[in-house]
Amino acid sequence: MTKTNNRWELNKNLAQMLKGGVIMDVTTPEQAKIAEDAGACAVMALERIPADIRAAGGVSRMSDPKMIKGIQNAVSIPVMAKCRIGHFAEAQILEAIEIDYIDESEVLSPADDKYHIDKTAFHVPFVCGARDLGEALRRVAEGASMIRTKGEPGTGDVVQAVRHMRMMQSQIRKVVSLREDELYEEAKQLAVPYELVKFVHENGKLPVVNFAAGGVATPADAALMMQLGAEGVFVGSGIFKSGNPAKRARAIVQAVTNFNNPKLIAELSEDLGEAMVGINENEIKLIMEERGK
Amino acid sequence: MKIGVFALQGAFIEHERALLSLGAEVKEIRLLRDFTEDLDGIVLPGGESTVQGKLLHEEGLFGPVKKAIEKGLPVFGTCAGLILLANKLSNDPNVYFGTLNATVRRNAYGRQLGSFAGELDFKGVGKFPAVFIRAPYVESVGEGAEILAEHEGKTVAVRQAHMLATAFHPELTDDLRIHAYFLDMVQKAK
Repeated sequence: MTKTNNRWELNKNLAQMLKGGVIMDVTTPEQAKIAEDAGACAVMALERIPADIRAAGGVSRMSDPKMIKGIQNAVSIPVMAKCRIGHFAEAQILEAIEIDYIDESEVLSPADDKYHIDKTAFHVPFVCGARDLGEALRRVAEGASMIRTKGEPGTGDVVQAVRHMRMMQSQIRKVVSLREDELYEEAKQLAVPYELVKFVHENGKLPVVNFAAGGVATPADAALMMQLGAEGVFVGSGIFKSGNPAKRARAIVQAVTNFNNPKLIAELSEDLGEAMVGINENEIKLIMEERGK
Repeated sequence: MKIGVFALQGAFIEHERALLSLGAEVKEIRLLRDFTEDLDGIVLPGGESTVQGKLLHEEGLFGPVKKAIEKGLPVFGTCAGLILLANKLSNDPNVYFGTLNATVRRNAYGRQLGSFAGELDFKGVGKFPAVFIRAPYVESVGEGAEILAEHEGKTVAVRQAHMLATAFHPELTDDLRIHAYFLDMVQKAK
């Protein structure tokens, strides 16, 4: 048998396998097991969940590789980890420990205020945050094989994720409706390669899988994001900052599968215990979504 | 022909697209009420087998689907679907439907860095472009299970009567011949 090695295709393919699933932030092997048992399709290994990163302040960096390895050994599902925006050396370390997906994430303190990582130089896949179609396609041009909304992580407030997903979807609809000879100008306006705009025009979607992230805290939040066009959901602080993580995690997993079934989601939303407290948009001191454009 | 595609988690839309372009009727199955008598065959798509296995139980689908497969309902499983069908997993204590006489190794090629694509020989189909994503392989087959494709000495496609399973993802390519092979199985079972 002959082997080809188109990493970008293979890495996009892994994201396709994650669709319809929930990716959960975990900080310990025990939490990773709880997440896997609850039906997470992948886990994000990090030392501190975004809500605690906010509370702690200071510079936030890639997690200890030993901690990540502990989580890799604890579960059989894919394990993701975050590196700082532009910090390709952190990404190299994550690749060296065979991470399944790297999140070049605005949740950590950016290491480069101008350049993102050249993700085409890596074999492992990258997921990146985006607030609009321009950001999403710029990350894809740099080699990202999966996109997620930025939302405003660690707040338990879904408003920014909703804003970003609506923005992307409405811009996609606009690109689809353009005449072919208008695509060049649109590429210029979005500051992205023409070929990617053409792809969106022809296919009505991003060239990669698009998840929702940032502030998802309840089964209803997850269903909302899926109905707005997300292909799956990241839940960060929402699970392990809540009263009953295992039960809430299970409920969010089922809500993502059955996002068009309000009766079921009503049942799932019963007796979940306390949701994470959350911070409102106008109370946030640190705006993470502004990082990396 | 009406094919039920399990839409619990994973790459089910890709299977639906392939089946629709071959002229089959497609129905997504999420809840027990979706698993109706009129289905001529079912597809278990790629995704995470732990998630799908769990949701099959939680939605009450597990028992009825297992019974239907045992009674001869044609089924096609890819990757996670192969794991759900296998009667033994060599590196995982779980067994799901267990209707396929095969021992399967999960994540047999390692993590995402071990994912690959290439061409292989598929019995009855010919050369086929195969995409392996954190894929399993079949370590051994039991009674009634026929090997349809191998990669470097490892079994990656098997058929046992009305059950077809691959470690790779035909739904991720534009090549519809393995889906056509399955629909032919369904047709003959009718």
